[in-house]
Amino acid sequence: MLYKIILFAPLIGALIAGLFGRRIGDKAAQVVTTALLLLSGILSWIAFVKIGYGHETAEINLFRWMDVGDFQANWALKIDTLTGIMLVVVTTVSALVHVYSWGYMKDDPGKARFFSYLSYFTFAMLVLVTSNNFIQMFFGWEGVGVASYLLIGFWYKKPSANAAAIKAFVTNRVGDVGLALGIMTIYLVFGSVNFDTVFAHVHDKQDLVLPFLGMEFGAIELIAGLLFIGAMGKSAQFILHVWLPDAMEGPTPVSALIHAATMVTAGVFLVCRAAPIYEAAPVVSGLVTMIGAFTAFFAATIGLVQNDIKRVIAFSTCSQLGYMFFAAGVGAYDAAMFHLFTHAFFKALLFLCAGSVIVALHHEQDMRKMGGIYKFVPATYILMIIGTLALTGVGIPAIGNFSGIGFAGFYSKDAIIEAAYAAGAGGNNAPAVFAFWAGLIAAGMTSFYSWRLIFMTFHGKFRGEQEELKHVHESPRNMVVPLILLGVGAVLAGVFFYGQFLGDHKTEFWGHGLPGGEHGAEAGGHHDFPIWVLWAPFVVTVLGLILAWFMYIRNNGTEKRIAAQANNGGGIFYKFLLNKWYIDELYEATLVRGARKLGDIFWKIGDIKIIDGFGPNGFAAVSMAVGKKLSKFQSGYLYHYAFVMLLGVAGLVALVSMKAVG
Amino acid sequence: MFKGVPILSIITFIPALAAVFLMMMSHLARPEGKIQIEKNAPRVALVTTLAVLGLTLLLVFGFDTTTSDYQFLEEFAWLGGGIKYRMGVDGISVLFILLTAFLTPLCIISSAKSVKSRMLEYMVAFLILETLMIGVFCALDMVLFYVFFEGVLLPMFIIIGVWGGKDKVYAAYKFFLYTLLGSVLMLAAMLWLYYYSGQVLGAGNATTNIAELSKLDISAVPQVFLWLAFFASFAVKMPMWPVHTWLPDAHVQAPTAGSVILAGILLKLGGYGFIRFSIPMFPDASLYFAPYVFWLSIIGIIYTSLVAYRQTDMKKLIAYSSVAHMGFVTMGIFALNMQGMQGAIFQMISHGIVSGALFFAVGVIYERMHTREIAFYGGIVKYMPMYAAVFMLFTMANVGLPGTSGFVGEILTMVGAYQVNPWIAFGAAFGMILSAVYALHLYREVIFGEVQNDKLEGMKDMTVREIVIMAPLVIMTIILGVYPSLITDITAVSVDALLAGVNAKLAGG
Repeated sequence: MLYKIILFAPLIGALIAGLFGRRIGDKAAQVVTTALLLLSGILSWIAFVKIGYGHETAEINLFRWMDVGDFQANWALKIDTLTGIMLVVVTTVSALVHVYSWGYMKDDPGKARFFSYLSYFTFAMLVLVTSNNFIQMFFGWEGVGVASYLLIGFWYKKPSANAAAIKAFVTNRVGDVGLALGIMTIYLVFGSVNFDTVFAHVHDKQDLVLPFLGMEFGAIELIAGLLFIGAMGKSAQFILHVWLPDAMEGPTPVSALIHAATMVTAGVFLVCRAAPIYEAAPVVSGLVTMIGAFTAFFAATIGLVQNDIKRVIAFSTCSQLGYMFFAAGVGAYDAAMFHLFTHAFFKALLFLCAGSVIVALHHEQDMRKMGGIYKFVPATYILMIIGTLALTGVGIPAIGNFSGIGFAGFYSKDAIIEAAYAAGAGGNNAPAVFAFWAGLIAAGMTSFYSWRLIFMTFHGKFRGEQEELKHVHESPRNMVVPLILLGVGAVLAGVFFYGQFLGDHKTEFWGHGLPGGEHGAEAGGHHDFPIWVLWAPFVVTVLGLILAWFMYIRNNGTEKRIAAQANNGGGIFYKFLLNKWYIDELYEATLVRGARKLGDIFWKIGDIKIIDGFGPNGFAAVSMAVGKKLSKFQSGYLYHYAFVMLLGVAGLVALVSMKAVG
Repeated sequence: MFKGVPILSIITFIPALAAVFLMMMSHLARPEGKIQIEKNAPRVALVTTLAVLGLTLLLVFGFDTTTSDYQFLEEFAWLGGGIKYRMGVDGISVLFILLTAFLTPLCIISSAKSVKSRMLEYMVAFLILETLMIGVFCALDMVLFYVFFEGVLLPMFIIIGVWGGKDKVYAAYKFFLYTLLGSVLMLAAMLWLYYYSGQVLGAGNATTNIAELSKLDISAVPQVFLWLAFFASFAVKMPMWPVHTWLPDAHVQAPTAGSVILAGILLKLGGYGFIRFSIPMFPDASLYFAPYVFWLSIIGIIYTSLVAYRQTDMKKLIAYSSVAHMGFVTMGIFALNMQGMQGAIFQMISHGIVSGALFFAVGVIYERMHTREIAFYGGIVKYMPMYAAVFMLFTMANVGLPGTSGFVGEILTMVGAYQVNPWIAFGAAFGMILSAVYALHLYREVIFGEVQNDKLEGMKDMTVREIVIMAPLVIMTIILGVYPSLITDITAVSVDALLAGVNAKLAGG
């Protein structure tokens, strides 16, 4: 019952706000959805304690969904530690975002619709994480995609928002196709799509080889690879990352909830959920490591030079997701999940703080027009610094018996970097070595762009219209309170839960929820690593801070000079980063235009010229030329038709009566 | 239930009787009375079609899902020489009857408002159309099937030809030309089958009983030719690429309800034909040709999806998307396994509901603005929020979102095809991406954005009539998406038996 309430409360809220929003009014829609989510959120923490500390697990069957031949899937809930973590992350952030939106969306005419979408999103996300089979997970998977589409395009009058919404949906669909094919392969190999059945038989199928698209693959590797394509789409990994920055067209609470804390982590969740498969697929795990590590690096480079405050954070999200993937890739699923958990708090915090800044500046998002506003928005400023400290993973690494202490990101990110080091230390895991260095460099860049954001936004001189400065104000209480709660999470989530996720209590905490714990163990014991590995993240983080301080406080204007140079044809590297490695342009030139071109060719040449030209039109032309006398041809077709038909029947009857059969 | 009652004939012919009644009344009445009758014609038609729906529901409740035998059998002497009037349903056909009975009243409700001339004749045409459609699915005799199958086109021609748009003649001509070729070949094949049954079963025992014919063992070479002849007819009806170009034109010219029936029921005749004739009667040929059908399906899915994306007319866009969705059906049928076949049937039912709804949705704004140009619209969510929500749901169902009926058919047919050839499932999955491209493109251009066109000012949201039409479609789309067993439980045993028969024949041959 507990779990059912957690799951269905948001759906009920969404339905009430969506169907009756105009009848009951915005206020009521807002209250109902928020209250139901708070309920769901509180119950989730109770559930989390029961699962994580009381070792409760459950399978709850609701009713039949697909049942065709052996292809069977029920609507059902699977409750284990993995699910429990996701429950608290999703419902907590969602509830706080609901509250925050009271202030943020105060003057928006579509409030009921907004809250309905938010709650619907939460429901779909909960279905995704509670599913006990792949097909139901796919329901949640695509459901969150739709919610994301609706919310990115929430301001539907803006053409850019509409374009971004479609881009997000279609790019995700590319990933979803991979996931769908992965699920089909699972069914083909295991004859089932239920998690437990599939995972229990992974070892039996270890040596099975399948032909796929003209090549031979190990069945398990193939499945892992296809599922990962889905994960890449949803979690905006390199190649399929292009939608995430554009998704910032949506209202900022949406960016915090969907495009930072929850939906984009679904890919990581998928890989962790399917850990038994990835454990048996070393090649694809290597690929996961490579792509994750490269994305961590690649997105961070772009984040260095972006000027839109939300886009900086978006690329940061992309980069942090990369960390989670390479953690999973090297087998440290627990570290990946821990980073997912802590990241949800501090990234949601950063986004909502950015939202607070944006509201204070009347919907200005360009950091070049900000600066020096920390005096006017002190709470936002302090909380954003906390978020930055958490994101950059500030903390004092372990020395001797002292096990280190720091902000949330310190525990999880360092654990990931160390896990990559440990996996690569054996000497036969090249992707892990790559991941270690990429992760380390990206950590330095993370520090740089995060502090650059702080300095450009809050410090120096105000660079917007002076008139505007007079109206800058701190956000109302209903926006600041969620920020404070997330701030508490950003500070304490690491130190408080480290013991459960990675430390001394991890065995009891995970139970059977996460196989491959033996790999994760390497991330747990800090003491086995060389000192330089423990301190390296700390050093690059400080370096990033110093460089940012140097460029934006001490020598403010450095970037402007580079940008000016870029406008004069120089600064190729800067332009390359500013334009996001030109990947959007590449896709536009090939895929988008290609689809349009092909569509036109098929339509105007294929259908009209060739098929119709040689088919009906050609036939008409010929028959017209042959017999102009048939002037009634075009209007007489009906009778011809009836005539031919009757002729047919008459023919049959004639056959019968003549006994021609004998 | 219905012991001794020829329930299928009753359901089939009630609409035709009502049509005759209407015509006679109009013929006999004086001029003033004629106007009165014309005015009341939609009411008569509605009551009739609702009665049919009620009886069909009873039929479905009385249907035994545990047996694959034909049920509610009727057999009367008809043309002699083994050609009898045979009616009966199994788990496959009973659902199509329900779909027909479900969509027709909605068409009547819609047309009662949208048709501006010759209301009486229009209603008569629709009632006769319903009789013929239901007849196709009830017929268990090849000749009876043929009469219904070809006869269905006549009222459709008339509906397009009389109440259609300005290029209706060209559209009807194209439609006619394509179908003519197919039906001539099919007729020849049927004659051959009849002749052959006489040879096998002995003189005088020649039969046109579909069930009997399905038991015949036909050697490989004639199977190939027969299969091709039937294929010519069914592929056009589906329609499969490259014989699909009649469909967009026919849709554009047809009145709203005509499009609904065209997409909702007539396109299913091809798929039904494959399941009823091609697969059980010519299994070796079906197996032999399956790869070709797969490739045609995949080309169709990708090709027509891309073409749909470039359309400027809403109906054409949806018509092309129908061709793409029918590609999933042919792919599923020829996978020759449970998931593929059941998925194909599910996809047909679902597409009947979803595409029907989409054509109704186009009709809603067409009635207000009298154009289907996509570029004319934009931003109408401002005036029609409820319409926008409904349209969104069907757009998502069209895209195959899980939780809507559109998903179930797509995933099942792909699962079916994957077991045979992963390439095919891969190609079809590609269609999943493209469907999102064109469907969301349409939605954005029509519903979202700023209102650019002054003429859209103050467009009224859906009327009560339109809500009454849309509500059942919305409900069915979601119910079937969440609980597809409503359909798959009914089809399961029949499909299982069908496939078992096919496999037995394949093993024996």
